[in-house]
Amino acid sequence: MDVNFTTADLTFQKEVRNFFQNEYPMDIREKQEKGIYLKKDDHIRFQKALYDKGWAGINWPVEYGGTGWSATQKYIFFSESGEAKAPRIVPFGLSMVAPVIFSYGNDEQKQRFLPDILASNIWWCQGYSEPNSGSDLASLKTKAIKDGDDYIISGTKTWTTLGQYADWIFCLVRTDDSGRKQEGISFILIDMKTPGVSITPIITIDGTHEVNEVHFDAVRIPAKNLIGEEGKGWTYAKVLLTHERTGIARVGESRARLNALKELLDNPSNDVHNLSQNTIFMTRLLEVEIELKALEYTELRVLSAISTGKAPGPKSSILKIRGTEIIQTLDELFLEIGGIHSLPYLPDQYCDASDFEAIGPSFAAKTTATYYNNRKVSIYGGTNEIQKNIIAKQVLGL
Amino acid sequence: MDFSLSDLQQMMQDSVSKFIQKDYDFETRQSLVNSDLGYSEDNWKLFSDLGWLGLPINAEYGGIGGNLIDTIFLQEELGKGLVVEPIFSTLMLGANLVQKHGSSEQKTTMLEDVISGKLKLALAHAEGPAAFDITQISTTARKEGDKYILNGHKSVVIGGASADKILICARTSGKVGDENGISIFIINPDQQGTSTRAYTTNDGMRAADIKFNQVILDATSLLGEADTAFNAVDQVLHEAIVALSAEAIGIMGVLIDKTAEYLRTRQQFGNAIGRFQVLQHRMADMFMETEQAKSMLYFAAIEMAENKTNAKRAAKMLKVKIGSATRFVGQQAVQLHGGMGVSDELDIGHYFKRLTSINTLLGSKDYHLNELIKIPAIRQ
Repeated sequence: MDVNFTTADLTFQKEVRNFFQNEYPMDIREKQEKGIYLKKDDHIRFQKALYDKGWAGINWPVEYGGTGWSATQKYIFFSESGEAKAPRIVPFGLSMVAPVIFSYGNDEQKQRFLPDILASNIWWCQGYSEPNSGSDLASLKTKAIKDGDDYIISGTKTWTTLGQYADWIFCLVRTDDSGRKQEGISFILIDMKTPGVSITPIITIDGTHEVNEVHFDAVRIPAKNLIGEEGKGWTYAKVLLTHERTGIARVGESRARLNALKELLDNPSNDVHNLSQNTIFMTRLLEVEIELKALEYTELRVLSAISTGKAPGPKSSILKIRGTEIIQTLDELFLEIGGIHSLPYLPDQYCDASDFEAIGPSFAAKTTATYYNNRKVSIYGGTNEIQKNIIAKQVLGL
Repeated sequence: MDFSLSDLQQMMQDSVSKFIQKDYDFETRQSLVNSDLGYSEDNWKLFSDLGWLGLPINAEYGGIGGNLIDTIFLQEELGKGLVVEPIFSTLMLGANLVQKHGSSEQKTTMLEDVISGKLKLALAHAEGPAAFDITQISTTARKEGDKYILNGHKSVVIGGASADKILICARTSGKVGDENGISIFIINPDQQGTSTRAYTTNDGMRAADIKFNQVILDATSLLGEADTAFNAVDQVLHEAIVALSAEAIGIMGVLIDKTAEYLRTRQQFGNAIGRFQVLQHRMADMFMETEQAKSMLYFAAIEMAENKTNAKRAAKMLKVKIGSATRFVGQQAVQLHGGMGVSDELDIGHYFKRLTSINTLLGSKDYHLNELIKIPAIRQ
């Protein structure tokens, strides 16, 4: 049993650290440091910097321009990225649709889509959930009816993250409703500029526009946009879900936030409520630190299994559940240290880089917004309750 | 980075697992619990023959020279069988302290006898107000000429009744709270002035309270040098947290397997009760707690074995995690078994009882949380 990195891993770690310190646009780095929300262009410029470095296709095979990294290298990358407070890679293109295309797409589709995904030239979004199909995703009703060389798509997708920026959407659609509900689902790619596609924003409780509803009103798209076989979409999506969960625990990012909390406490001008003397608060802080350390090792154990050729398996549901619980506990601790200064609603302070006079410590305004926003993390990607169903069924045989 | 087992670890795991499956079912274990001695001398001999007793002892004293990481695989398997033989007290506490603090002659003679099964040891460190922090002990050994006069009362000495020799933590100089001035004495249980009250603990193990009234010891009774034992004992106790936690991991693994099996077979409302989501989620929580505790075990074992800067902090963090995990998994295993969970006849309650003891031994979750709060935040 050995958690030490090899010399090669350590060299790699240094290179990654250097990238996140020096090699992506400084203005984006500053926004991240100050906790200011990124704009579309910021995300693209960050991902293009990764692309220029050859690091955009983290889970991609080398033949499509991927990194071909080992599990350990991926761990190092995400760990360093989190600790450096680097932007998260917008997952829809690079880590969600691309693996489906390179695993199940035909050569023409691979050539048409993969290079633009890798270079972040095209912004993708995800069309899975529907107003009446959340946790029971397989009940989805958006229809795709074959009409000559086309499909006609009708229905509504929802919770479409950053869909307002998207050029393309990948969707699960129903091509057949005669058999088992999972078997009539297909995986299809839709150009957002196609006539009949419309998008309406959903404002979340933190006051931001992050998610959307996407409507398809008899949208005609070419049948060649279907990936793989008709009726296999559910299988592809499931494979994708367990395909790669590296980074899902977001350990590096949570560690950076934990350290930030400790630094705030160390500075008496921040610790106006004397929380460092409050045993109840300090106990909560310690317990989350312990849980986070345990999760770091759980992730290492999963990675070690992957690198010896074993599938990560449903145990990786732990990473999602505990990782998000930790994020949400840290949110609560930040709210506590924000104190009364977490009450004012001051979106300008974190939506825009312009000068803004803070009320109380500068970190305080965002604590509430982050707390509200992160309620999503235990809901998206399969709610934590669904994750527990997976553990009960697949690990415990219940 | 690699979490696969070494050949030695695999061998140890297989050896203990085979023994438990073949010779140590629950009924056998219970008959040992209810016997006069409380364990089996034949088993002890067998453990020696199988090489288990030499695992953590350095090769120069005839042992296998396994490190702390190796011992967790022995301990985890022993936990699965609720093994009552005094391996923890002899190896993880006693022999480990001899190895760390004994003179070279003491190491040579005592450790050889431990490996061959001739010598069982116990460590008498705890007193009521000093369950883990030995600077708080009030047992004293006053030097008079070339003798020491020992007075005091050691509580709940694990394996204290069956041990051939007992290692006593006593203060030879300084005052309560000082790290300096702690010494270890090796005594025979029948030493004049020593009175031992042996008993069974709630988990079916054996322990003893030992009182010393003007016990006269000569200088050869001293383990290693006088006054300087604090670091060695403190190190041994933190390593013992790791070993004890490994036992808990073994137990929790068994409880999860057995409870899942019960949920798959127990019928109520016309269904296997494992069909009910409220129970499925409870079990998923138990599974996650156990996996997280196991991850913490690996973290602390590696930190301690590699003697990292924050190693003792890691051991304390482990004890906190083990504290919450054992409470939750133990209680829920009982709950999910319904009435059978609280029946003495079923093994579930006995695994639960051992977990309860493990939380209390070597400082509870609350104790170590409080200790950790006192240590200033250290950047990771």
